[in-house]
Amino acid sequence: MTEITEVPSPFCGIGTDDLSIQVEGVSLKMTANGCAVNTPAFEQAITDTSPRIAGQSVSLEAAAAKAAEILRDTQQPLFGGCATDVGGMRALLSLADRSGAVVDSAAFNNARRNLLTLQDSGWMNTTLAEVKNRCDVLLIVGTDLEGFAPRFFEKYLWNEEAMFLEDTANREVIYLGKAPSGDASTSPTGRKATVLPCADADLPEVTAAVSALIKGRLLQAQSVAGIAISDLQAIADKLKAARYGVVLWGAAALAFDQAELTVQTLCGIVKDINLQGTRCSGFPLGGKEGDQTANQVCGWTTGYPARVNFARGYPEYDPYLYDSQALLKNGEADALLWVQAFNSGARPPQANIPTIVVGRSGMSFEKEPDVFIPVGTPGIDHPGHAYRLDNVVAIRLKKLRDSGLPSTAEVLSAIEQAL
Amino acid sequence: MLIKLTGGTVYDPASGIDGQQQDIYIRDGRIVTAPTDGRPVDQEYDLRGKVVMSGAIDMHTHIGGGKGNIARTLLPEDHRMDPVARTAVTRSGNGHAMPSTFVSGYRYAEMGYTAGFEPAVLPINARQAHMEMGDIPILDKGGYVMLGSDDFLLRMLTAKKDQKAINDYVAWTLHAAKGIGIKVVNAGGISAFKFNQRKLDLDEKNSHYDVSPRQILQTLARAVKELGLTHPLHVHGCNLGVPGNVDTTLNTIQGIDGLPLHLTHIQFHSYGTEGDFKFSSGAAQIAEAINRTPNITADVGQVLFGQTVTASGDSMRQHYNHKFASPNKWVCMDIECDAGCGVVPFKYRDQNFVNALQWAIGLEIFLLVNDPWRIFLTTDHPNGAPFMSYPHLIRLLMDKSFRNDMLATIHPEAQKMTTLASIDREYTFNEIAIMTRAGAARIIGLKDRGALSPGNWADITVYTENADRQAMFTKPDYVFKDGNLVVKDGEVVKVVWGTTHVVRPDFDMSIEKDLQKYFDRYLTMKLGNFKISDDEITEDGRGSITVHPLRGAA
Repeated sequence: MTEITEVPSPFCGIGTDDLSIQVEGVSLKMTANGCAVNTPAFEQAITDTSPRIAGQSVSLEAAAAKAAEILRDTQQPLFGGCATDVGGMRALLSLADRSGAVVDSAAFNNARRNLLTLQDSGWMNTTLAEVKNRCDVLLIVGTDLEGFAPRFFEKYLWNEEAMFLEDTANREVIYLGKAPSGDASTSPTGRKATVLPCADADLPEVTAAVSALIKGRLLQAQSVAGIAISDLQAIADKLKAARYGVVLWGAAALAFDQAELTVQTLCGIVKDINLQGTRCSGFPLGGKEGDQTANQVCGWTTGYPARVNFARGYPEYDPYLYDSQALLKNGEADALLWVQAFNSGARPPQANIPTIVVGRSGMSFEKEPDVFIPVGTPGIDHPGHAYRLDNVVAIRLKKLRDSGLPSTAEVLSAIEQAL
Repeated sequence: MLIKLTGGTVYDPASGIDGQQQDIYIRDGRIVTAPTDGRPVDQEYDLRGKVVMSGAIDMHTHIGGGKGNIARTLLPEDHRMDPVARTAVTRSGNGHAMPSTFVSGYRYAEMGYTAGFEPAVLPINARQAHMEMGDIPILDKGGYVMLGSDDFLLRMLTAKKDQKAINDYVAWTLHAAKGIGIKVVNAGGISAFKFNQRKLDLDEKNSHYDVSPRQILQTLARAVKELGLTHPLHVHGCNLGVPGNVDTTLNTIQGIDGLPLHLTHIQFHSYGTEGDFKFSSGAAQIAEAINRTPNITADVGQVLFGQTVTASGDSMRQHYNHKFASPNKWVCMDIECDAGCGVVPFKYRDQNFVNALQWAIGLEIFLLVNDPWRIFLTTDHPNGAPFMSYPHLIRLLMDKSFRNDMLATIHPEAQKMTTLASIDREYTFNEIAIMTRAGAARIIGLKDRGALSPGNWADITVYTENADRQAMFTKPDYVFKDGNLVVKDGEVVKVVWGTTHVVRPDFDMSIEKDLQKYFDRYLTMKLGNFKISDDEITEDGRGSITVHPLRGAA
């Protein structure tokens, strides 16, 4: 039995790397700093280790050969999921380039809300260590931050010491839209966050009002979506008076039509405050389970984030056209390769086309795929790299045990070899 | 396998060879002396009448790291103009302002380049820089690690830590981030911007730390020298792009106490305030200062007209420049109490007075600096222009009448404000070979590269001489990387993987005690997880690390 300390997590997105994990054979036990997201993700047992073709156990070579056979004669294969590490994503893009596939990451429809804003107008953003050391006013828009990342407040807001703040407990936390699900946002001295709740669907209007107030425009209305204008004015005033205000949103939570316009409004608020002479930064909560990794690796490999089509021999990007759900629904794909190395609870999309699943051991299916190849999890079964939710910092994932499970990269490279 | 390159006209300034006909032999990836053991030549290339140089080295090009990927993601419309299809040997991708990694490697190689160095590796983003560069085929690569706005260094300076402690921290960072040099960007200015300062002059203090850019430059330049790094401190000065910044730049040159300093993209730091537009050329003063100050080297950061994207660590200046963004979208980031970045798309127009004069200023500097060993050919890719425009730039330097034809087409007021038309100098092949090969290898401290003498790695480019130098340098006949024929007639025929160049100066490990405390208290990563291990670069089987000696070492 060994204990491995300073273990980084690819699961929570906030780059937690202070975990201690006890390893006995292939079973893992979190011994320090676990949370509701990380502990079950690390402790999950290995169940299957053998690839299957139509439910029958086969060798990796046979499974790779079968997968290659499925991909060989396709007109428009579809590679979905993309939940893997940097090495896995590199191999996925290589295979996609070779086979003319559409590549689409699992959470692209969430990430798209940020990407469309970035590609239309840009933004001014920050990263976790800046939040930890500088942020004196945190505005959280439409997101239950604690539910998303259980340790966010403990690690990055109520940290004992900050480089540029005398007392982190004096930080001001404001929720606009969703109310917090727990008490993590309450300061160590017992000061509760300000909460201005509204329905998700009202966020476009509410954020537009804040934007107008930041710009100094006069609003005739007394309230928007049940929130008094005077309360929104108070938010504007606090951001303008802050030394380093941070506006945080989670794109996944903004599940309403044209949410990218709301993200754009938030980014505009940040830019306006900076133009008016005060520092302020945005903080988009990126995804988990390789969402950022997929976009980053696809970004440097193809120039585009992870929704591209290689059918014409070069990458083409369309954030709507190459939506894997739409392609499947419209019968536009003739083979599916789905990669999910982190989460055995995730399910491949329903598809009546030949399906290859490269997934974390323990995955169950409503319909057995034509080929299933269980793979090791990055950061548990093999080393690797993953991006944090702030999209700048790549973390080095450790190998914790010898499970004998291949990595996503090894499996996808084997399929490419077999092509 | 023994390869013979027969009868080429060789320009190898490192060996003092200036256009002599010479045979070159290659064995096991390296250049060897003519064999005397009677062993037959396995392969021979008849290079009679052709020009032979070592593979070109871009000593300042933004090819790895997060800002480049932000730039890529920001500009889908730019990629759509330049799709690159896969071939039997190459991967697909996109080109133009910020090409995808694979395409960067192919296009550099197709122009005869065999190495490129990323000049702005933020320590916290170094992992990404190396991963991106790890996906650039053919080229050797390396990075200059950015310090100077990192809070740890600024805290050390405020606390008046001695030079020895600073040196230990600098060396530790080089090891942790796997760099070959140290870069400073707007010394202290990226930090100052986070405290809401919007400008920072050479002797102005950071509002939080009791330290000025001059102190930072002096301290880091001293550290680089005392640690024995070959590459001088790589400096992106204060006040980038600000009219009148020529004074800051001259002051930086004079105020460095004779320490070696490399001033990068100096074109952007050579502006006066004369004339109706309050914008003028400071090129003559800068060139004169370089000519009389032997401890100073510079690369130009030439502006060429057209669409590009500027990607810089200088978030302070980039935030100011966002008003010129074209198309109108831009990104600024504060990063991990370490650094920052700003990405602003730009379209340089020949009928815009400022852009046109920037173009002329860059060329004036190239032509007025006498010593080609101390000035380097860069566009600060992609900031002044994408690297694919190098052959055009070479023609501007080698062909006076072409240059003057181009000059006649730019904004008329800019023509009046430049002395370019009166400069007769035309760069020779030997001078081009110095600034893009021998000099670059020397200033980076690359052992065994940038020269064609026996013992060197066989990075070799062969051109057919052509009076149109742009055409000539666009399409080499052959490019060899480590002895492998990778490009034939301007097209990639084989893909190999270059090495990552690093230095590893000695330091006192006890610096980690302070760093450990600092990481645990303030940062978001454990010290042990921050450090990049060798296997992160080598584990996929195609990367390798080459450690270069320090000054004075064997």
